[in-house]
Amino acid sequence: MILVYTESEEGKLKKIALEAVSYAKGIADQMGTSVTAVAINANDTSELGKYGASKVLEVSDDKLNKFNGEAYADVIGQAAKSEGAKVIVLTSSANSKFLAPTLAVNLEAGFVPNVVELPSSTSPFKVKHSVFTNKAFANTEITTDIKIVGIGKNSYGLKENETSATTEAFTANLDAHDFDMEVVSVDKATDTVTIADAEIVVSGGRGLKGPENWGMIEELAGILGAATACSKPVSDMGWRPHSEHVGQTGKPVASNLYIAIGISGAIQHLAGINASKVKVVINNDPEAPFFKAADYGMVGDAFEIVPELNKKLKEFKAQNA
Amino acid sequence: MKILVCISHVPDTTSKINFTDGDTKFDTNGVQFVINPNDEFGLTRAMWFKEKQGATVHVVNVGGPETEPTLRKALAIGADEAIRINTAATDGFSVAKQLANVAKEGGYDLVIGGRESIDYNGGMVPGMVAKLIGANFVNTCIHLEVDGDKATAIREIDGGKETLKTSLPLVIGGQKGLVEESDLRIPNMRGIMQARTKPLNVKEPVDANTETSTVSFEKPAPKGAVKLVDSVDELINLLHNEAKAI
Repeated sequence: MILVYTESEEGKLKKIALEAVSYAKGIADQMGTSVTAVAINANDTSELGKYGASKVLEVSDDKLNKFNGEAYADVIGQAAKSEGAKVIVLTSSANSKFLAPTLAVNLEAGFVPNVVELPSSTSPFKVKHSVFTNKAFANTEITTDIKIVGIGKNSYGLKENETSATTEAFTANLDAHDFDMEVVSVDKATDTVTIADAEIVVSGGRGLKGPENWGMIEELAGILGAATACSKPVSDMGWRPHSEHVGQTGKPVASNLYIAIGISGAIQHLAGINASKVKVVINNDPEAPFFKAADYGMVGDAFEIVPELNKKLKEFKAQNA
Repeated sequence: MKILVCISHVPDTTSKINFTDGDTKFDTNGVQFVINPNDEFGLTRAMWFKEKQGATVHVVNVGGPETEPTLRKALAIGADEAIRINTAATDGFSVAKQLANVAKEGGYDLVIGGRESIDYNGGMVPGMVAKLIGANFVNTCIHLEVDGDKATAIREIDGGKETLKTSLPLVIGGQKGLVEESDLRIPNMRGIMQARTKPLNVKEPVDANTETSTVSFEKPAPKGAVKLVDSVDELINLLHNEAKAI
């Protein structure tokens, strides 16, 4: 049995949860078994069957309304034991990465994160995962009885696999130690797309000359429904918040489309965004290293290209709406 | 307060990544090693606790003698003592077991690790150490304050941040934000001289099983050449019809 933790936010399943179910179904088919999903305080889990879950364990507990690594790991671990799970599928979200090591110790299970494709073999259990911040891959065998894999974002995609899923309530035994940590406040922008969830990321670099010039970047992001990001020097100089810094020491990006404007493409930056599928660079220096990493490039002045791009994209969006 | 900072010895961020021995080993030839950047933010925050709150700071690494210059650098930055656990760092779990043993024996109140190492990107060691020693754990920690046995931490979440109250003993997976880039310290001559005489204790490993084993490495397939476009119209057309990205 393959257990998949299907994450939700404010009761709504996240897209990565559906990707995780798709992936779990892929492993289940390889191993000739089925998928059980565990969802915590999700309002509607009916979508999970569509991606291959045969059974959904629904946990409802007001104490779990806010994420808590220890308690969530206990819920998933107890679900895994009661189902006799051999493989547990997690994602690469901040919360999955938080709880994975705790879960791994609880279940004496080997854990491999950032997995990019289905196991090359399930006995021995071998997976390919990205290492050296996307500069290489490793093929790693998990040698424990129970295995935990964290799939990289956008590495498997959604695969529909209509399955009739049964739903069961599941209650975990949680004790006081599970709640040694108290969430005092959550500060989350609700009106903008986050880098973690974004399909498209629009990123600006030093070539934009100053924070006052970000209006056109935000406009472009708005038109595309994209998240805004920036290079390390831009965040170091305080032009943009640290939370927008993408690259090796910043946030990793694995979007469908990454548009780099006025970013030369230092090796650390490229490593952090390398998992994106399609990369576009706009830069006035044709020798900028980013051109070697990009799929599409435009050499020229961002202050001319971006406003024109915004205008034409608006027209394009209006026609294709 | 006794602080243990776990230091991973990693290739510099500009390193070219190559493999040897039939793609089974990382090629260290010509590679410069540094303190893992995420750990360095934590070490620098530990220096703040030392200077403002009188904490003692020890650093620890799991690795062979070749990792000692990295520990000496941490001492030159200001750590009081270094420990090297004399065994190769193989998988995340076995490294966590070694560190947990040191953390437990030393009675540390706060164990600081990095969100992930920039080489194997496992991101599991701090969380495993916390579970193994029964401490609280905060991952992707971007701010930390300690008052007596109470701690307030801010962690980065997808799309925002979250403030947490917890208590010691505590383990964090730290990153940039614990201190700013501009707060990082370059060891000065005095620090380097002092580091030579500070204790660097070599400890033999405890028994620890591994749970994963890397069989081989590979590099991404070479990328095709960039397609240069001359006009915005052409770019939109290619992104829509060819790349299907918009």
